[in-house]
Amino acid sequence: MGSTAHHGGDGVGRRDLIKRSAALGLVAAPGMSLLSACASSGGGGQTKDKAGKKTAKNPLGVNESAKMEFVLFDGGFGKEYAEDAVKIYQKDFPKASVKFSATQKIQSTLQPRFNQGNPPDLIDNSGAEQMDMGVLVGKNQLADLTPLLDAPSYDDPNKKVRDTLRPGIVEMGQFDGKPVWILYYAYTVYGVWYSQKALDSLDAQYPQTWDQMLAVCEKAKKKGMAGWTYAGKYPYYLPFSLYPMIGKVGGREVLDAIDNLEPNAWKHPAVKACFEAYYELYRKGYILKGTPGLDHIQSQTAWAKGKALFIPNGSWVENESANVIPADFNLAVSAPTGIDASDKLPFGTIWASGGEPFIVPAKAANAEGGMEQLRIMLSEASSKNFTAKVKSLTAYNGGTTGISLTPGLKSGVAALDKAGSNVVNPRLQDWYVQLQKEKIGVAGLGEMMAGRLTPAEAIKKIQGFADEAAKDTSIKHYKHQ
Amino acid sequence: MQHGKYRFIVGFLAAPLGLYALFVVWPFIQSIYYSFTDWTGLSPEFKMVGFDNYKRMFHDDIFWKSLQHSLLFALVLPLVTLSLALFFAFMINVGGRRRRGGPVVSGVRGSSFYKIVYFFPQVLSIAIVSLLFAFAYNPDSGAINSLLRGIGLDNVQPLWLGDPSLALWCVMAVLVWSTVGFFVVLFSAGMASIPAELYEAALLDGASRSTTFFRITLPLLWDTVQSGWVYMGILALGAESFAVVQIMTTGPGGPDYSTTVMVLYVYQKAFRDGQAAYATTIGVALLVVTLAFAAIVMRLGRRERLEY
Repeated sequence: MGSTAHHGGDGVGRRDLIKRSAALGLVAAPGMSLLSACASSGGGGQTKDKAGKKTAKNPLGVNESAKMEFVLFDGGFGKEYAEDAVKIYQKDFPKASVKFSATQKIQSTLQPRFNQGNPPDLIDNSGAEQMDMGVLVGKNQLADLTPLLDAPSYDDPNKKVRDTLRPGIVEMGQFDGKPVWILYYAYTVYGVWYSQKALDSLDAQYPQTWDQMLAVCEKAKKKGMAGWTYAGKYPYYLPFSLYPMIGKVGGREVLDAIDNLEPNAWKHPAVKACFEAYYELYRKGYILKGTPGLDHIQSQTAWAKGKALFIPNGSWVENESANVIPADFNLAVSAPTGIDASDKLPFGTIWASGGEPFIVPAKAANAEGGMEQLRIMLSEASSKNFTAKVKSLTAYNGGTTGISLTPGLKSGVAALDKAGSNVVNPRLQDWYVQLQKEKIGVAGLGEMMAGRLTPAEAIKKIQGFADEAAKDTSIKHYKHQ
Repeated sequence: MQHGKYRFIVGFLAAPLGLYALFVVWPFIQSIYYSFTDWTGLSPEFKMVGFDNYKRMFHDDIFWKSLQHSLLFALVLPLVTLSLALFFAFMINVGGRRRRGGPVVSGVRGSSFYKIVYFFPQVLSIAIVSLLFAFAYNPDSGAINSLLRGIGLDNVQPLWLGDPSLALWCVMAVLVWSTVGFFVVLFSAGMASIPAELYEAALLDGASRSTTFFRITLPLLWDTVQSGWVYMGILALGAESFAVVQIMTTGPGGPDYSTTVMVLYVYQKAFRDGQAAYATTIGVALLVVTLAFAAIVMRLGRRERLEY
């Protein structure tokens, strides 16, 4: 202690000892709790609830008195649909206590709980704060949902849940190999969104070839309307129409090669043709002025006000822009315009895939309960409820009869019918988030559409990013099966 | 009288030092420890990987870009903000013309009103300020471009935040706007403690405003300016720059990484990409930069203290 004071020869006195140990305890006690709260504790995890008895009414064997916790992303779809489904769970298991909460901050709320090993039983892992699925899968944090998919559906005991889903939903929840880690509940149609009324006022049809597209834009320009706008600050909205166009022009293999991060995948002539087609929109002045500085809401608002004809977007735009879209707007979506008749796939080829990823953590105390809640949500009644409330389709195949569809939803369903089996599903955005959003989106496409890169330069830059990602050992790599 | 002096001091200091060690020093040590692991932040399992994260950081172009931007923030922002604040504070407190019957040293007309105006942005949260300016910078319908159109400059319609060569400066301008008021008040307080006789004597000798400022105000205010510099630099490297970049330029930090800063990169790696260990590595780099910044400012700014 550096003290020269004399203590009467007995070294540290008894009082000192008590004081010091008290002080030590004072410091150490919160220290220990702090330590145990952080990652280095290892986290023993919570004890699992005992499974219940499997019966016809309870095929997953849910423990009827166990607590079930459900955390929902409170985004464009709100939380009402989930609350309705929770009510059904409570009716089916009156002895169970259900804790339901909705948040926009999925990651900040749940990351510490994953670290401590006591996550909730069901999570809608969505939104800007989505937890990285690749990491969760890689670190064995998710439960395999195969038991749910093989369980009988809520409506028909002779039909498995798996057989009631739209095509592509099960595959989307897989990452190389068998287990299904994620169940995408919403079903999103991506494409080119426009006002049928505005198109009619130009006396035009939705263009099927790029020459027609340029002609429509020219017509619009003469009337003082821009052809296109997009979320300039988030140019990764452009792929919603650009990727399916690449698939249409060059075939599915081109998109698969891009997803697989194959060398020179972006150098395919189809990619070049589509990039040049989009660049033409910029060169001819068909893009709404100032677009590169707008965010998604601002660009959607400008588009809804009739400042631009087309916008690449997903089917959530109808709900998200509901308050700015005029009543007589007559919202419609179309599959992307192709180049010409030599395209590999027919007009109508569209990007549609699952949205709102639901997961059941591997360390959940009541994983069966989480899956049962999902089984309830995948019933026809719950699916209909969702579609009616938030104007979006669900993973449940059907469930639109008997409810009045909004214009955008109706046009989305028609586009899916028209596409038939020509539905493509590029995976860059769920496999490689940073590559898709920042690198390809902002630094590549965004720069090209703002006129700061030529298509050739953009392709070179993007190929460089893809090669970098392929070499990066800190991210998990996936391949189309 | 020396009896038990050190024990007395140590007894007093033990609790605060303990708390400091626990809540300030320990997290630093922890982050340094995590920077040698492959911790994802999403699972409690991790293993040691040695210097892998550091090797990766040195080959990471985005890291270098963010470092460059952070350094620019730390150099330009204090310079601009403090110069402006010094000028405003001087004009408010000392720069006025002498009025008949008034005090010898006074500010320009309406100075108390200006004081409030300057301080006003300080009461707004940085998130609100960022949002406000994000709207103002909207190239399609934002206030700035509308103003340009209004005064007949239809051809000058910059993309502001959408233009990689402008975005960083747009962001910095907002930070200057929102922080300058604080320093005006800080320097005003400093100037109030400078004895009026000094100014009186200078004025009698016929000193101009700029001479008064450089010969009297600035030297006597030096300590305050120096702490302000360090404080502003740390703000620019840390929380404030994160907030404005994250809210205003959205997504990954501006078009073509033009506004990425180190704190934003830490956040993205930890909370978007599930690479918490790599994020702590960048955090360690940020710690080094911040400490170096403070050390350099303290070293360069060292000068003899003036007594009055």
